[in-house]
Amino acid sequence: MLLIACPFCGPRDETEFRCGGESHIARPGPAETVSDERWGDYLFNRANPKGVHLERWLHGHGCGQWFNVARDTVSHRVLAVYRMGDPPPKDLTP
Amino acid sequence: MTAQSHRNPTGGRIDRARTLGFTFNGRYYEGHPGDTLASALLANGVHLVGRSFKYHRPRGIVGSGAEEPNALVQLGQGALTEPNVRATQAELHDGLAAASVNCWPGVRWDIGAINGLLGGLFPAGFYYKTFMWPARAWRAYEWFIRRAAGLGLAPREPDPERYDGTHAHCDVLVAGGGPAGLAAALAAGRAGGRVILADEQAEIGGSLLAGGGTIDGRPARAWLDDATAELAGMAEVRVLPRATVFGYYDHNYLGIAERLADHLPPAERAGRARQRVWKVRAGRVVLATGAIERPLVFDGNDRPGVMLATAAQAYANRWAVRVGDRAVVVTNNDSAYQTALDLSESGVAVALLADLRAEVPAALAQRLSRAGIEVAAGSAVVDAAGGTRVTSAEIRRLGADGTTLEGPARHVPCDVIAVSGGWSPAVHLFSQSGGRLRWDEAIAGFVPDISRQAEVSVGAARGTFDLAAALAEGARAGAAAAHAAGFGDGTATAPAANAREVIAPRPVWRVPSAGRGKAFVDIQNDVTAADIALAAREGYSAVEHLKRYTTTGMGTDQGKTSNVNALAILAHATGTAIPAVGTTTFRPPYTPVTFGALAGRTVGPLFDPARLTAMHPWHVQAGTRFEDVGQWKRPWYYPRGSETLHQAVARECRAVRTSLGIMDASTLGKIDIQGPDAAKLLDLVYTNAWGGLEVGRCRYGLMLKEDGMVFDDGVTARLGPQHFHMTTTTGGAARVMAWLEEWLQTERPHWRVYLTSVTTQWAVAAIAGPNARRLMAELCPNIALDAIDFPFMAWRDGTVAGIAARVFRVSFSGESAFEINVPSSQGMALWQALMTAGAKYDITPYGTEAMHVLRAEKGFVIVGQETDGTVTPGDLGMDWIVGKKKPDFVGRRGLARADCKRPDRKQLVGLLPQDPKEVLVEGAQIMADAAAPPPVPMEGHVTSSYWSATLSRSFALALLKGGRARHGQTVPVHAYGKTSWAQVTEPIFYDKEGEKLRG
Repeated sequence: MLLIACPFCGPRDETEFRCGGESHIARPGPAETVSDERWGDYLFNRANPKGVHLERWLHGHGCGQWFNVARDTVSHRVLAVYRMGDPPPKDLTP
Repeated sequence: MTAQSHRNPTGGRIDRARTLGFTFNGRYYEGHPGDTLASALLANGVHLVGRSFKYHRPRGIVGSGAEEPNALVQLGQGALTEPNVRATQAELHDGLAAASVNCWPGVRWDIGAINGLLGGLFPAGFYYKTFMWPARAWRAYEWFIRRAAGLGLAPREPDPERYDGTHAHCDVLVAGGGPAGLAAALAAGRAGGRVILADEQAEIGGSLLAGGGTIDGRPARAWLDDATAELAGMAEVRVLPRATVFGYYDHNYLGIAERLADHLPPAERAGRARQRVWKVRAGRVVLATGAIERPLVFDGNDRPGVMLATAAQAYANRWAVRVGDRAVVVTNNDSAYQTALDLSESGVAVALLADLRAEVPAALAQRLSRAGIEVAAGSAVVDAAGGTRVTSAEIRRLGADGTTLEGPARHVPCDVIAVSGGWSPAVHLFSQSGGRLRWDEAIAGFVPDISRQAEVSVGAARGTFDLAAALAEGARAGAAAAHAAGFGDGTATAPAANAREVIAPRPVWRVPSAGRGKAFVDIQNDVTAADIALAAREGYSAVEHLKRYTTTGMGTDQGKTSNVNALAILAHATGTAIPAVGTTTFRPPYTPVTFGALAGRTVGPLFDPARLTAMHPWHVQAGTRFEDVGQWKRPWYYPRGSETLHQAVARECRAVRTSLGIMDASTLGKIDIQGPDAAKLLDLVYTNAWGGLEVGRCRYGLMLKEDGMVFDDGVTARLGPQHFHMTTTTGGAARVMAWLEEWLQTERPHWRVYLTSVTTQWAVAAIAGPNARRLMAELCPNIALDAIDFPFMAWRDGTVAGIAARVFRVSFSGESAFEINVPSSQGMALWQALMTAGAKYDITPYGTEAMHVLRAEKGFVIVGQETDGTVTPGDLGMDWIVGKKKPDFVGRRGLARADCKRPDRKQLVGLLPQDPKEVLVEGAQIMADAAAPPPVPMEGHVTSSYWSATLSRSFALALLKGGRARHGQTVPVHAYGKTSWAQVTEPIFYDKEGEKLRG
């Protein structure tokens, strides 16, 4: 049971949150210019690193806000928490 | 047998003033408060407690605590029965009834023991090798195997007991209340930290309860009493006895199973929760979980009477029980010398102590010889003879390398063999926390090495067996943990204790065999040293493979006494070093936790909350049958008298088609959307265009996922230039709300749109049928109701039966219909007013089943019934709703994939069964060719299928490959071994022009 520091509410149990997968995935467009391959990549292909993973979390049973988490997939340590739209901390960029 | 034949008249931590009666396998015995079932049985001279898992060999009590592999019993009867309880951890209470597991007809004469005689036929991997051929016979084999194996029986009745769950936070959690844990809790508590000390036993104290020694110059037990009293007086310290820390999860989250009432007779448990699971978030964790003694692996080491040396010692000291009349002690380390002395003092004649080491500790040996106990150096017990109880031990000298035997055999008569094969630190919780282990040659055991979480192991749990050192470690760790949380200066003074001699074990993992007996490694799962050697020869040389192939360590004891022996023997067999073999994964729980405790209070009606509409009491009174839709209780149908489902639904449908029906539609998801960019949001998430929708009008919309597949649908109304009211499917409400929020927050954060779920703010009654407008006209003086002023797909504010209402002209039934929204508090009043005023039209409440039939007659799809996440708008024949000119919407690019345009995609069609009385099975497969041999190519499936009272025949909706081009064809439809034929039609069966719903 991870302890995640919501940037708006503070530390809360993992069960209050939902993980939304890898962060910083840009939606390609306009649609006409996007190849099938590029679109498939956007829909399905995600990084699966051993180590730092930048991911989106939703505090669904709390403030209802999305935010970003940098988490070590080996130790499950939460290395940083930052708001949607913010760039990842420089030292944690994979 | 005299009562408690093996109980000494004095000593032990039992209350002799009270006598408790209990039964074991139907026979009556007595014990005292403070006893476990195991100590009470031994006090009555009972060693034989069960039969083994595979060979059905007689088995006795081996340990004195959580490590017990053998003495599993079925406790209690009826609904209160509990299987596979360790007799060593079951506290005795008056009237306790226990029985052996895994033996039939009885423990003394067991029919499965034939397996023991056929032992050569049951090698490692026996089941894998024998029962895999022919494959189809597995079902027959399985029946026999499941009956022959297995342990106790699960209760068949619902559990009548109550369980609790609670959450807690603390600065320091101490797991284990032995000397190291107590020292840690005292140091952390004195510094002022919030401390939880949990110990699995009824009494705090751990090894101090059974051992001797002095602390701070006084008997250890006196120090223990002071320590527990001091902890009890600290406001910020919570001491939990009978509480097992069973799991160590991420971020210092731990589970504790506390047994609140198991030690009481059932009659005294009334009104109390039986068990409670604590979920604790701890700042720091001190693991003081002690160590588990290992058996030695020699022939016949499973005979009743062969037990761990510490257990024999604990029974003597803590429970004043003589475990036998004449004992042999065999050890590879120093600790069992004290056992020999304690046994002797308790009145057990100790015939001999065999020490595997050629060089024995001089001082200890001297004490034994003063007590008249012979020490046989460099010797081992190589065979235990006997049947339902050990009768003698064969002693031989060991060769220098430990693999050969020398000299003559001595047969020493005895009824107990106390065994010590060294110590394994209880690193279970440490390993669960993600910590890495290290093999420590000095103690021949795995010890904690690298931590991953904020924890520290102390005392025997980290291989520190000396009492003085364990106390010092505990105190240091407790003070440091409190300091890390901001309490105290991080220092503590440790109580002083007399130091013991250092343990220097001689690991001989498999004592050489003098004959052909079985030497057990995993005594619960009947895995022998020979099984492990065989598995290694067959290539199962990785420890995780070995475990699964031989099942070693996979019993309810999770190999507490056997795992290290098993992997050491594997290492020997494969010529590998023990650290290179490694351990299997330690998983929670440390000891089994009941499902009841894990479920806690979230059972029955509290398992999942039920959502009820404002009109629910009316439905209940009307005798409605309900259907669960998400968490909602929705009226399914309203039977009159003895009507069946089908009779009621036919009547409800006829009423809607010919006069007037009323449905509780309150459960539809409703989202209030406001802001300057509200229309932009709708344009993004719906496939059609929303900017041009006038205030006062509604529009149907389809939502797609980015892959182009249908996700939800519903009607959205424009309440104002920047204000919309969206409806969603009942089950999709939360999902859609989250979906919109996600798009707004993560992709369009600059848009100014605000979403509010208003599902439960509105109660909704939908009235439908040719008389709907007439009823509205009576109750609704301030809304113009004719089809020109209030057209289909419009909404109006007004009053209905005097209640402020928002009325939508939408229809899911195909009839002229009005959905009347009122504040939830007015829902019941509205419903009653409509029922009263509608009586002249025989207004008929209808449920979800009739609604499904009515909408299917119109070919209206239900997301999740006609769709399954692989269906596009085009597949549903709804290309008209996909905005061709819209530059973007969610799913637009996904729909443009070539695969979404294949003409042979599964498309929505209607089906009319050839037999108009036959209702096809929903989910039935449409075949390409009814005569084709299996595997038959499947072309589609039935998604909805009903009897239509309106059409006086059956009909269905289906998804069929290239279906739109196949109208008129007859196709075979197969389900449950039966093939039917049906004609493919367009998916609409009633009022194709839509005159009724617009009229």
